[in-house]
Amino acid sequence: MGNVVQRQTRGALRFEVCGNMAGLELLSDQGYRLDGRKASELRKVQARMGVFAQADGSAYLEQGNTKALAVVYGPHEVRGLRSRIRHDRAVINCQYSMATFSTAERKRRPHGDRKSTEMSLHLKQTFEAAVMTQLYPRSQIDIYVKILQSDGGNYSVCVNAATLAVIDAGIPMRDYVCACTVGFVDETPLTDLCHAEESGGVSSLALALLPRGGQIALLQMDARLHQDHLESLIEAAMTACKGVSKVLDEVVRQHLQEVSVLSGE
Amino acid sequence: MLKSKIFVKKTRAGGVMKIVREHYLRDDIWCGSEVCAECKQESAELQRDACIESNLCTYPHYVIPDTNVVLHQIDVLEDPVIRNVIILQTVLQEVRHRSAPVYKRLKDIIHEKEKHFYTFTNEHHRETFIEREPGESANDRNDRAIRVAAKWYCQHLKTSESDADGLKVVLLTNDQGNKQKAEESGLLVYRCEEYIKSLIGNPELVDRLALSNDDKNEITSSKLLFPEHLPLSKIQAGIKSGSFLQGTFRASRDNYLEATVFIQGDGEESTEILLQGLQNLNRAVYQDVVAVQLLPRDQWVAPSSVVLQDEGAAKDDNEEEEDEEEKALRISAAEAARKPTGKVVGIIKRNWRPFCGMLNASHIKESTRHLFTPADRRIPRIRIETRQASTLAGQRIMVAIDGWPKHSRYPNGHFVRSLGSAGEKDTEQEVLLLEHDVPHQAFSQAVLSFLPEMPWAITPEEMARREDLRSLTVCSVDPPGCTDIDDALHCRELDNGNVEVGVHIADVTHFLRPGNALDKEAANRGTTVYLCGKRIDMVPELLSSNLCSLRSNVERLAFSCIWEMNHKAEILKTRFTKSVINSKASLTYAEAQMRIDDTTMKDDTTNSLRALNKLAKILKRYRIEKGALTLSSLEVRFHMDSETHDPIDLQTKELMETNSMVEEFMLLANISVAQKIYDEFPDCAMLRKHPAPPLSNYDILLKAAKSKDVEIHTDSAKALADSLDMARVEGFPYFNTLLRILATRCMMQAVYFCSGMDTDFHHYGLASPIYTHFTSPIRRYADIIVHRLLAVAIGADKTYPDLMDKQKQSALSNNLNYRHKMSQYAQRASVAFHTQLFFKSRGILNEEGFVLFVRKNAIIVLIPKFGLEGTVFFDTKDKAAPHLVFDEDGPTLKVEQHTFSIFDRVKVTISLDASNIQHQKIRMSLIEPVIAGVSVPAPEVEPLAKKPKLDR
Repeated sequence: MGNVVQRQTRGALRFEVCGNMAGLELLSDQGYRLDGRKASELRKVQARMGVFAQADGSAYLEQGNTKALAVVYGPHEVRGLRSRIRHDRAVINCQYSMATFSTAERKRRPHGDRKSTEMSLHLKQTFEAAVMTQLYPRSQIDIYVKILQSDGGNYSVCVNAATLAVIDAGIPMRDYVCACTVGFVDETPLTDLCHAEESGGVSSLALALLPRGGQIALLQMDARLHQDHLESLIEAAMTACKGVSKVLDEVVRQHLQEVSVLSGE
Repeated sequence: MLKSKIFVKKTRAGGVMKIVREHYLRDDIWCGSEVCAECKQESAELQRDACIESNLCTYPHYVIPDTNVVLHQIDVLEDPVIRNVIILQTVLQEVRHRSAPVYKRLKDIIHEKEKHFYTFTNEHHRETFIEREPGESANDRNDRAIRVAAKWYCQHLKTSESDADGLKVVLLTNDQGNKQKAEESGLLVYRCEEYIKSLIGNPELVDRLALSNDDKNEITSSKLLFPEHLPLSKIQAGIKSGSFLQGTFRASRDNYLEATVFIQGDGEESTEILLQGLQNLNRAVYQDVVAVQLLPRDQWVAPSSVVLQDEGAAKDDNEEEEDEEEKALRISAAEAARKPTGKVVGIIKRNWRPFCGMLNASHIKESTRHLFTPADRRIPRIRIETRQASTLAGQRIMVAIDGWPKHSRYPNGHFVRSLGSAGEKDTEQEVLLLEHDVPHQAFSQAVLSFLPEMPWAITPEEMARREDLRSLTVCSVDPPGCTDIDDALHCRELDNGNVEVGVHIADVTHFLRPGNALDKEAANRGTTVYLCGKRIDMVPELLSSNLCSLRSNVERLAFSCIWEMNHKAEILKTRFTKSVINSKASLTYAEAQMRIDDTTMKDDTTNSLRALNKLAKILKRYRIEKGALTLSSLEVRFHMDSETHDPIDLQTKELMETNSMVEEFMLLANISVAQKIYDEFPDCAMLRKHPAPPLSNYDILLKAAKSKDVEIHTDSAKALADSLDMARVEGFPYFNTLLRILATRCMMQAVYFCSGMDTDFHHYGLASPIYTHFTSPIRRYADIIVHRLLAVAIGADKTYPDLMDKQKQSALSNNLNYRHKMSQYAQRASVAFHTQLFFKSRGILNEEGFVLFVRKNAIIVLIPKFGLEGTVFFDTKDKAAPHLVFDEDGPTLKVEQHTFSIFDRVKVTISLDASNIQHQKIRMSLIEPVIAGVSVPAPEVEPLAKKPKLDR
């Protein structure tokens, strides 16, 4: 029985290869990508800060069809294991999760799987580099990020949303942390990949940047890429991150203005 | 502006998935017209005075074709007359989805500057994007998108027009409904035929029009000749359930009623299914991907060894004759010989390309419908419509197939272009290059721009980077007339009593930098193709015959492989280096041989040649002891008339000691380099392997040897080599050579591959565990890759991404293998053509030959003097067939009283059969042994004697 089933799927596969001769064209000769952007264009970024009153800080950020919610609690005293206390700085605790409805196929486990754990770890590393933790010794900062809809670039969207949430919580940072993914197609770096591009066999790189000083908070890449191209790819990612930081800055200023008007100052 | 595209897609597992994608609409997509002042485009593709003279449109206009027009009339669009065309993104995408070859051609046109084709990204334009309405099919939506874009152009050009040039856009569509809707919305719209026919001064374009569906009806009879093809969905279901099989259709070269379908099985196992009879072939054409259904076991047949060609007039009327031919196939065969037999039920993918061939003009003079006979016998004849039949008769032309309706005996097609008159050398050469897919156009300007500037000299920096070997006595040995010398040798005594041997290879990679247009072109060509009297270069001549060629007494860049050996030819040390050399002599094989043999010559060059020769002999002995095969194939060489380039004499190539001397050192260098690059890059070394043939391949050899009571062992290469050496028959000195020729035919093709993608590296013929090609970078692209890898390995050059990517390397080696195979076929075809020319000038000759194979109705005879192979048929159509008895085990063929078996000595007359101008062939008829009613009397060989008289 098992044998039969296997043969069927194989037959179907072979057929598809034959019928759909040529995958997706990620970058057309005219220089447009699948969704109509040019190679170096970001998706539309929209964000709001202070979406929840209970939390110390929160933000909602959309980058194209990828939507994330970030919530920050703290700094507060360390809960749970006393051994985690650091005497010189605050501990950052991150948790990343994806809503079960965030992807095309319903997700079974919203958090705790290996991918999410890894992502949590990356977020933690990123924010440890950016938040001025030495100002809050013996305390803890919690950052929770949830992906509500996923369409590529989950890591960068989380970082961007979390940055806004941390700012909303009033926790001092060295700089905005802005992140962006870039991919490499036809000798051209593509900025801010969407899901179709990410799954189209592009070697992608995620980079989190402190834009003002140009310091890299995190750089991650798990595909193969010839080292000659790495520089141009990082260059493109940094430009993109700077673009993101401009948008975030605007959001923050807008929010401040609204808040100050409300509080009547 | 942002729109999101939402659609539902079925997944592989059968589930339904909702996919949401963003779709950005832009307002910075320009119209691409010179006229337009509104759009801020940098370079406008579409010209101001877009003039194609036409009866229908007397004003300047741009043309917008819809998808079907592009798909079917790509030949017309390719014509230089058609310019200023707007290709909509919708159309481009649909074409890409529907047909890869047409897409490729369309893209080539778009890239051509003179054609002024512009791609308008209408799907992302704010004003031309439309959403699919509820209830609208995808096709209708695309048609509407095309109309909307055309409408937009109409208005856009009108508003931007200050003066009254009156530029308009014309929509071309063959779809009735689409046309009507377009007319309603006020667009200028024509059917493609209408428009093309209206073009003034280009009547020949009409012939290139592909026949569309409505036209087909008039051409065919109403009788159904073929069963209907199943729709794709049914085929798909059938393949899934296992009732149909998918495979590549391969027509038989010898028999137009027979074909096999090659089924690629899982992993190693792949099967062939036999198809017999027109009904079962069901309109499949060579190389199509088809679905076949197996027939019940009792209807299985054996492949017939009858040679059958589709000749005679258009056969729609005389079906009976056909049936007879089909019956001839169904001679009951032995149960064991029966093969799985099937029938084609549907076509999954057509693989039609334009075919070269000739027109059989219709007997009715005024008729516009004619049959076209392709040069490739595996392709059926094609019916085309043309008004220029009288001019095209006697010319080689190209024709593309448009379709094959089920009530037509032949496929319908259209004329593409003419190649020149048949029988002329240039035309024939063009045909054989096209038929073998050999890229042979002149190098483009973009390619030539990467050549070094002349005068060229080695720069001091370059000199500093390389080892200076100019002082060495280096010389090259090549065939006469060779201008692309890519290897040179040296040999000298060292102070410690050992010898130093160097192989110096032209450093082509110094000029051919990875990734540029020159490199890409060379990678595509893959190999230099040598035809008789013509060479199609892989790299431009400046490199191949000058800067890279290691000519004597000039400084040249080289890549050297230098060994230290003792006098027993054992390698003590190997090193590789980039170098500069100055060859002291470029010799031919014969010259080198003369120097070695002439004991009075004592100069450096000769001494080193002698030393090399001595070492080579030892090396060869080692190699043969290890089990390397020496095979034989007759190669012929033409002596060309220096002015007319007609062959005046024909001679089989003879091999001298010096040939083998050069060969030995090249083999040694290749093996050394293969080892080095594999050690350094186990994942992406480009190597060459020669798989051991399956034992069944040897059947013919074994049978043949047995008929002369000779035993051949095929357990290993060594056993085969030894038993071939032992095989001798008293009083038949040529027997051994014949056996070796047969053995060569049993071998597999040697192929390039990427070491990361394979595990079996063995080279069977050379009995070497690892092998590659390093020594001919001027004429083979594989050597270029190997040079680059080796240069990286010794730190002389940088790597680049594609070099380290095993997928890309693997794809490249596939191309190289394909090009290599095709170039060999082209070479053979060229030799065959020149042989014909030779016999044309010679008239009739009587020669002695040997039977090489025995077939059911023919014997194949080899004439050693000319290296020529020909078939002697025993059943000709005009004569009553003699009594033939074929015995498969022998194999022997009994004709009347006489029995033919392999290796029989026969005498034949050779003449040129020019009755079919397309396939002029060498005709052989039997003289000896004399069989009544079969053999012919030996004709006088007199035309030769006559000729000199005429000259005087």
